[in-house]
Amino acid sequence: MSPESRAALLFLAPAILLLAVFFFAPVIAGFALSLTDFDLYTIGDSHNLRFLALRNYRDLLGSSIFWTAFGNTLYFALVGGPLTVVVSLAAALLINAKLIRAKSLFRTVYFAPVVTTLVAVSIVFKYLYHPRFGVFNRALSAVGLESIDWLGNPKLAMFAIIMLAVWKGFGYTMIIFIAGLQNIPGELYEAARIDGAGWWKQFRHVTLPMLGPTFLFVGVVVAIGQLQIFAEPYVMTRGGPLNKTLTMVMLMYEQGFRFWRMGYAAAVAFVLFLIIGTATLVQMRLQEKR
Amino acid sequence: MSRRAESIVLHALLIAGGVITLFPLFWMLSASLMSTGEATSLPPHIVPHAPTLAQYRELFVRLNLGRAFLSSAVIAVVVTLGSLLTSSMAGYAFAKLRFKGRQRLFGLLLVAVVIPPQVGMLPLFLLMKKLHLVNTYWGAIIPSLATVFGIFMIRQFMLSVPQELLEAARIDGASEWRIYWSVVMPLARPILATLATFMFMSMWNDFMWPLIILSDTAHYTLPVALANLSGEHVQDVELMMAGSVVTILPVLLLFVVLQRQYISGIMAGSVKG
Repeated sequence: MSPESRAALLFLAPAILLLAVFFFAPVIAGFALSLTDFDLYTIGDSHNLRFLALRNYRDLLGSSIFWTAFGNTLYFALVGGPLTVVVSLAAALLINAKLIRAKSLFRTVYFAPVVTTLVAVSIVFKYLYHPRFGVFNRALSAVGLESIDWLGNPKLAMFAIIMLAVWKGFGYTMIIFIAGLQNIPGELYEAARIDGAGWWKQFRHVTLPMLGPTFLFVGVVVAIGQLQIFAEPYVMTRGGPLNKTLTMVMLMYEQGFRFWRMGYAAAVAFVLFLIIGTATLVQMRLQEKR
Repeated sequence: MSRRAESIVLHALLIAGGVITLFPLFWMLSASLMSTGEATSLPPHIVPHAPTLAQYRELFVRLNLGRAFLSSAVIAVVVTLGSLLTSSMAGYAFAKLRFKGRQRLFGLLLVAVVIPPQVGMLPLFLLMKKLHLVNTYWGAIIPSLATVFGIFMIRQFMLSVPQELLEAARIDGASEWRIYWSVVMPLARPILATLATFMFMSMWNDFMWPLIILSDTAHYTLPVALANLSGEHVQDVELMMAGSVVTILPVLLLFVVLQRQYISGIMAGSVKG
């Protein structure tokens, strides 16, 4: 072995060993776990462990609580994701406009929610949504509208959590869009203007197509993040009302770490993994077609 | 529309957006300075009539939140320092040292980006139990000591370090460790600062793993302690807002001070990645 290879081995060893033992091995073990009936009795005595093949997955697909969590998670991602993209693109376009002064101040303000602690802002929003003294309802009653039980209404609760997620997350994707916008050559807009293209035409035929790769990156990042939603419903609703905010990661947490049905919970986690993998692939394919 | 009118409309839109964005944080701070019951009074108070630190005193004196603050700080600082070391060593090796299977190993690591961490959490908990690390700081620290994200970030930066610099040091007889520590690391200071900010903030804000691995109140981090308190003190709006301020303020201040590094880090990662 050359001295350089030997040095490389030593430099890589700490990171690779840590990742292998505390990330990759548990992921692989997670799949093995999902094929067993590992539960509270197995923790006490490992002789109780039985191999079930795919039975956990079959049970999962046959249970209504799984489909509820699946539907809620997808609803959160399919509504919250595009909403985040639209809001952050609008903010990026505004901040990037030539006429705007104090760009970095606005950028900082819009980004601030991103660095806040999710658990803490979930608690803040829980009070903002309060049916009686919450600020949102006071604003509604000030203009003569009826107050809304945001988190108590099964039809609205998940949407209320989506609004929190958009508020918390749009600054991050906004920064990525600003970087993308700054990479578009100015001559393209120049040429479009000479051809008589107005604001909308420039946006439609220059900005959007040129942002293609950025959309892919933003789409993947937002989707991966949103499908893992856990803390917001854990703090704000505990999955209620009527399980309308129960998500897949919450289901995994409750089954695995409260009822210790770890085999079953591992199957939930793997289905989530499959969904995230599929979402990533679909977005990459869509982007290729353009 | 004239340029002037257009400018006014655009600025008005941005300011309105800014007010909406900051309002929840402003209300949190304001309510945290109210006396008990004031935030729910009618007609509503937007600012406290007689600002008081009573809620903060309650948190630190009676509810012992200082302890959770310390736990959060210890875990975030140790992870930040440890991951800077492991990421910079590995990132340097991937960028600058030639060895067999370099591309393949790096490609394999990048697969981790699409694997949700929850997939490994159940076996990781069982592993920690075997190692007697459940309900210890180490149990919260070790899984984050090396991250693919950090290795990737450092590698991208190190690719731009001129090879001649390393060759010159080698000809002078410097050891590989010395080249890394005394030649490369000083050059990497800006990216190390960016990574440190990212790591500290993500550990400070982390919730799910600490919730799982830390089971008694003496070890709780701030987010876990806060989630726990919010169950017991649902009615105490002002108290919970003070707890939220204590949790959010350190990272928010850190961001305001280091925002240049932080935001340029995201931009660099997104454009190249």
